[in-house]
Amino acid sequence: MESTRASRFRGRGPESQGAGAKKAGAKEGGSQGVGARGEKSLWIAASVLILVWTVFPILWIVMLSFKRPGEIGNSRGFLPEHWTWDNYRTVFRTDLFTSALINSIGISLIATFVGVVFATLVAYAIARLEFPGKKTILSFALAIAMFPVVSLVGPLFNLWRDVGLYDTWPGLIIPYISFALPLAIWTLSAFFREIPWEMEQAAQVDGATTWQAFRKVIVPLAAPGVFTAAILTFFFCWNDFVFGISLTSTDSARPVPAALAFFSGASQFQQPTTAICAAAVVVTVPVIVIVLLFQRRIVAGLTSGAVKG
Amino acid sequence: MTAVQSAPVAGRPAGRAEVSDRSRAERRLGLLLSAPAVLVMLVVTAYPLFNALYLSLFSYRLTAPDDRRFVWFGNYATALSDPLFWQDVLTTFLVTAITVVVELVIGFALAMVMHRALFMRRTVRTAILLPYGIVTVISAFAWRYAFDLQSGFVNQWFGLGDYAWFSGRWSSLSVIILSEIWKTTPFVSLLLLAGLAQVPRDLGEAATVDGATAWQRLWRVTVPNMKAAILVAVLFRTLDAWRIFDNVFVMTSGQQHTETLSFLTYRQTISRTAIGLGDAVGVLLFLSVVLIAVVFIRGFRVDLSQVRGDR
Repeated sequence: MESTRASRFRGRGPESQGAGAKKAGAKEGGSQGVGARGEKSLWIAASVLILVWTVFPILWIVMLSFKRPGEIGNSRGFLPEHWTWDNYRTVFRTDLFTSALINSIGISLIATFVGVVFATLVAYAIARLEFPGKKTILSFALAIAMFPVVSLVGPLFNLWRDVGLYDTWPGLIIPYISFALPLAIWTLSAFFREIPWEMEQAAQVDGATTWQAFRKVIVPLAAPGVFTAAILTFFFCWNDFVFGISLTSTDSARPVPAALAFFSGASQFQQPTTAICAAAVVVTVPVIVIVLLFQRRIVAGLTSGAVKG
Repeated sequence: MTAVQSAPVAGRPAGRAEVSDRSRAERRLGLLLSAPAVLVMLVVTAYPLFNALYLSLFSYRLTAPDDRRFVWFGNYATALSDPLFWQDVLTTFLVTAITVVVELVIGFALAMVMHRALFMRRTVRTAILLPYGIVTVISAFAWRYAFDLQSGFVNQWFGLGDYAWFSGRWSSLSVIILSEIWKTTPFVSLLLLAGLAQVPRDLGEAATVDGATAWQRLWRVTVPNMKAAILVAVLFRTLDAWRIFDNVFVMTSGQQHTETLSFLTYRQTISRTAIGLGDAVGVLLFLSVVLIAVVFIRGFRVDLSQVRGDR
């Protein structure tokens, strides 16, 4: 059993996948010779197309956020006629948004932290220990990942009102943890299975204490996986909408996506379009920063263990 | 050295008593470590699910708690005999089928580009991840405003004049589907990329030597060898699209006959507080998900031990 684990580690680490593909691609590019130039520009064109397709809607939201509110309905161009920061000022002066932003950040961070700790414990047990119910836990997690969340919202709504969790932070944190756990558990157990745990014993043989072996050998190996799981969990919590609108009623716990949806309904004399877009840009900035900084980790996390070779 | 750090040694002939002691401790630790996660998942799913099953047998509105009556499967009969329910089923089915097929095609193309392109590799992967990370509600707003009569540039760019996208069923659904595709294709493409990376390279080269065209190589070599990844992607996306909610809520709020099963459940339980009927619809939604999963796992033999969980 140990030997198969070790060989799989050598065979396909999450990081080695990309490198292997790159090398193979380079080889092919070289062997294609003359025809390669046409092919090369084809791939570049395809890449540019992808860039436009993925970035365009985001750019559109940014453009809208810089338009004057009065421009909506009068001009329908892509670019603002008069650039203005007013929408951002409006948004940060609106309690509905600022409290929602604080709720979103706080709830997502707490849920991510607790969820990743729980998932790390499970994934460690699954990767390293022999105990009955391993498969059951993984299947159960998978079942939860496929669960139609809305089916639970009605009963949770009643339950939370009975126990006083309705419209509170924990009332959202608990469902977020449980629905983000499957993703975190599967990502982490895939990562942990790749770790050569024998190195810990090797370090101990070399004279390291148990704690040193854990801290100097295992933690650096496990940290990238834990970190990746944390990013994916955070994205999940940040994205939630169903729980956000169903289990909250005031700004004491309502997260940003839910607040945005209700903000649009509360249009009085002015179109809320530009303000909504400014708010949308504000909550998109952290996502973009995370994606830019940790692109490799996220790709590895989403694909690692997706399919066994 | 504690039991935790040692590799599993069950089955070794020497020291049987010691081994079983150790494995017992290991079992206990394993269950102990799994307990918190399993408990949280159970609290949020098992209890509410049974609660929904139970309450779905009652005629019960939150606004009139005293009128609660046991009606057996009356709510299910009401839901199943209502044309609106079947219209929502059809809408959900169409949205799911179209998004999954389109995403599979685009996702495959994206995966090919990410797999083969040598230039801007990093940039493309980063760009692909942007829609994945963006909040679904925000994606919905972006597309809604793009097609909106008041703010949108789409009609102007394509010379459509005052065509009102959100006043018809099919045009509204197209925009909803477009937003869904934009947001979730990256996930599909990453799963397919992982599958592509596992297609043995020499197979394709051998096929080229034997005179296979690029098209033949794609269908005869690449696709069959990444069947597992394709099935996993389809399974996850089908179940994910089947519960589509955010996009519908933001774009049309279920108007213009764009309501989906998730939205119907939400409208009954939360908006109308018709707990009994809403829970019945919720249970039906849950059963439909189970059915889809079973069909995939049994019918297409998706090996779940090869799958990892995702939203």
